[in-house]
Amino acid sequence: MVIVPVALPLAAACLYALFGWNRGTAWLGALSAGGLLAAAVLLARAGRGSALWGLLRVDALSAYMLIVIGVVALLAMLASPAYLRAELAAGHTGRRAARRYGIFTQCFIAAMAVAVLAASLGVLWVAVEATTILTAFLVGYRRTRKATEAAWKYVVICSVGIALALLGLVIVHYAAVHAKLSDGLDWVSLAGHAAELDPGVTRIAVVLLVLGFGAKAGLAPLHAWLPDAHSQAPAPVSALMSGVLLSVAFYAILRVKVISDGALGPGFGRILLVAVALASLAVAAALLIGQRDFKRMLAYSSIEHMGLIALGAAIGNGLALTAVLLHILGHGLGKSVLFIGSGQIQQAVGSSQIAAVRGLAARSPVLAGAFALGLLALVGLPPFSLFASELGIARAGFTSGLGWAVAVALALMLVVLAGVGGAAGRMLLGDPGAAGARTPLRSGVVPLVAGLVACAALGVTLGPLKPLLDAATLVATVPGAAR
Amino acid sequence: MTDSFYVQALDLACGAFLLTGVLVLWRRDLAAFVWLFGLQGFALGALIVVRGLHEGSAELTALGAGVGLLRGVLLPYLMRSAPAAGEEGRETHPRVSVAASLLVAAVLTMLAYAVSQPLVRLTPTPETQAVPIALTVLLVGFFVLVTRRRALSQVVGFLLMDNAITAAAFLTTSGVPLVVELGVSLDVLLAVLVLQVLTTRMRAAFGGTDLDELRELHD
Repeated sequence: MVIVPVALPLAAACLYALFGWNRGTAWLGALSAGGLLAAAVLLARAGRGSALWGLLRVDALSAYMLIVIGVVALLAMLASPAYLRAELAAGHTGRRAARRYGIFTQCFIAAMAVAVLAASLGVLWVAVEATTILTAFLVGYRRTRKATEAAWKYVVICSVGIALALLGLVIVHYAAVHAKLSDGLDWVSLAGHAAELDPGVTRIAVVLLVLGFGAKAGLAPLHAWLPDAHSQAPAPVSALMSGVLLSVAFYAILRVKVISDGALGPGFGRILLVAVALASLAVAAALLIGQRDFKRMLAYSSIEHMGLIALGAAIGNGLALTAVLLHILGHGLGKSVLFIGSGQIQQAVGSSQIAAVRGLAARSPVLAGAFALGLLALVGLPPFSLFASELGIARAGFTSGLGWAVAVALALMLVVLAGVGGAAGRMLLGDPGAAGARTPLRSGVVPLVAGLVACAALGVTLGPLKPLLDAATLVATVPGAAR
Repeated sequence: MTDSFYVQALDLACGAFLLTGVLVLWRRDLAAFVWLFGLQGFALGALIVVRGLHEGSAELTALGAGVGLLRGVLLPYLMRSAPAAGEEGRETHPRVSVAASLLVAAVLTMLAYAVSQPLVRLTPTPETQAVPIALTVLLVGFFVLVTRRRALSQVVGFLLMDNAITAAAFLTTSGVPLVVELGVSLDVLLAVLVLQVLTTRMRAAFGGTDLDELRELHD
C-alpha cells in the first residue's frame, strides 16, 4: 500500500513515454493524481505502514503531506490538458515536448511522494535533489532566453543549497554514529535519541540543514531562483512547484526541528527560523511593491507564505504547528488556483505583464472572478482557510513570547496586501479597450472552482481532516511521538 | 597496513585533494579546470580506498574505486564534450583576480579550521583531523561558483563542493549508508548532465556561455 503513491505516477510516466501526449492520454495524469490522493487518504486511515525494506514509511505527518501532494497534483493535472492544447495551438510547443511534459511531471510527483514517505533523512535528500533535476527541463520548457536563464539559475542555486543540506546530513550522521545509534539517518531513531547527539556538532548540522532545505523551500537567503523559475515554468508546473514542492522541502525542516529541539533545546531552532522567516517576509514585501509581472508577483507571494510557515514552525507549540500544517494545504490550494488562472490569462493576452492585462472583469468574468477570489484567499481573508491558519499562527505567537516577531510579520503582510491589491485593481478593473472577449475552455474552469471551494470549505470546518491534523501535529512537536 | 603508513597515505591523499582544489583558482583555461577536477576525483577515490584497506573493508575499498572512476573519469569526460576554443575556453575576466583569489583561499582555509573545531574535538582521530581540508575545498568551490563567469566554471565550482562533502562523509565516518551514497552519486551525475544540456541551449540562445549575459530576469 505504501508503495502505491510512488508507483502510480511512475506507471503514468511510463505510459506517457510509450504513447506520448494525445487525446487518449491527456487525462491520464489527472487519473494518477486522483489515485495518489485516494491512496493517501487510505494511508492516513491506516496510520502506519512501510515498504521497500523499510526505506519508505508512513506516519500521520507524511500521510498529511501526501494528501497535500495529491490535492495540488490533481488540480494541476486537471488543468494540464487545456493548457497544453492552447500551447500546441499557439505553436509554443510541439508533440515531443508535450510527451516530455507528461513524463517529467509524473516523475516529479513521484519524487515528491518519495520525499515525504522517506524513512530516513538520506532518502529524503536524494528525492528532493531529484525534484530539482526533474523540474529543470520543465522550467526551461519554452526554450526561450528567459526560460534557459531561469532553468540555469534554478539548477545551480538549488543544487548548491541542497549541497549544504547534504553536508548537514553528513554531520548529523557523524554525530549519530558517535552516539552509537543503530541507523544513523532514520527519522525515528534520530528524533528519539536526539538528546544523545553531541550539541556542538548538531548545531552546525542544523544550521546547514535549515539553510539547505530552506533554499529549496524558497526561504531567504537562497531564494533568488524562485521568482525566475516559477514565472517561467508552464502554469500547471508553477502550481505544483509553488503549491507543494516548497512545502515538501519545508517538511524536511519540520523534521529537522524536532531533532534540533531534542538535542539543543527549543531556543536554537527558534532563533534560526525566526531570522529566516522575517528575512523572507521582508524580501517578499520589498519586491511585491511595484511588481510588473503577475506570475512573479505570485512567486514572491509564495516566499511570503513560506516565511509565515517558518514563523509558525519557530513558535513551535501545538496550536502553531496545526496552523502551519493547515496553512500548507490552504496555500497549496490557493496558489495552484492562481497559477493555473494566471496561465490562462497569459495565454489569453499573450504576456505576463500586469500592464498588458486590463479590464479582465469585463473581458472574461469567470476567469477574473476566480483570480480575484484566489487573491482574496491568498491575502488571508475569510472564509478561506488561510485566514484561520494565519490567525492561529498569530495567536500562538502572542501567547509564547514571539509577539514582536508576529507584529513585524503582520506589518510586512500589510505591505504585501497593498502590493497585491494594487496589481489586482489594475488587472481586473479598467477599460478593456479594443481587446476582444475570450472565455476560457470549460475544462480550464473546473480546477479553479474546485480549488477555491475546497479552500473555502477548509476555512469553515476541518471535517474528517481533524484527527489526522492532530496526529500530524503531535509528530511535528513531540520528539518521541514519531511513528 | 601499519598505522603510521596509513596516516601518511591518508594525509597524502588529503593533500592532493586540497592542492587540486586550490589550483583551480590559479588556472584560467577551462580545460585545465576539468583536468584538475579529474585529478581531485582520483585523490578522493584514493582517500576512500586507503581507509577501506586500513579497516579491511572490501565494500569500502570497492566504493572508493567506484567514486574515483565516477569523479575522476566519467564526470570530466562529460564536461569535456563542451567545445572550448579561443575566448570561449578561457576565464578571461574573473570578477576577482587570480592573485586575490589565492589570498582569499588562505582566508577560507583559516575559516574552515575555525568552523570545524567542534567536529574535530568530538573524536580527534587522524581522519577527523583532516575534515578542515574538506571544508576548505567546499568554501573554495563556493568561491569559484560566485566569482567566475563561465558556465563551465560554475559547474566545476559546484562539483568541487560536492567532492568536498563526499570527502567529509568518508573522513568523519566510514561513509553514509550505501543506498544514500548511490543516490547522491546518481543525482550528481544527472545534475551535471542537465547543466550540460542547459549550457548547449545557452550557447544557442545567447551565443556564448558568459553568465553575465544572463540578465533578462530581474526586478
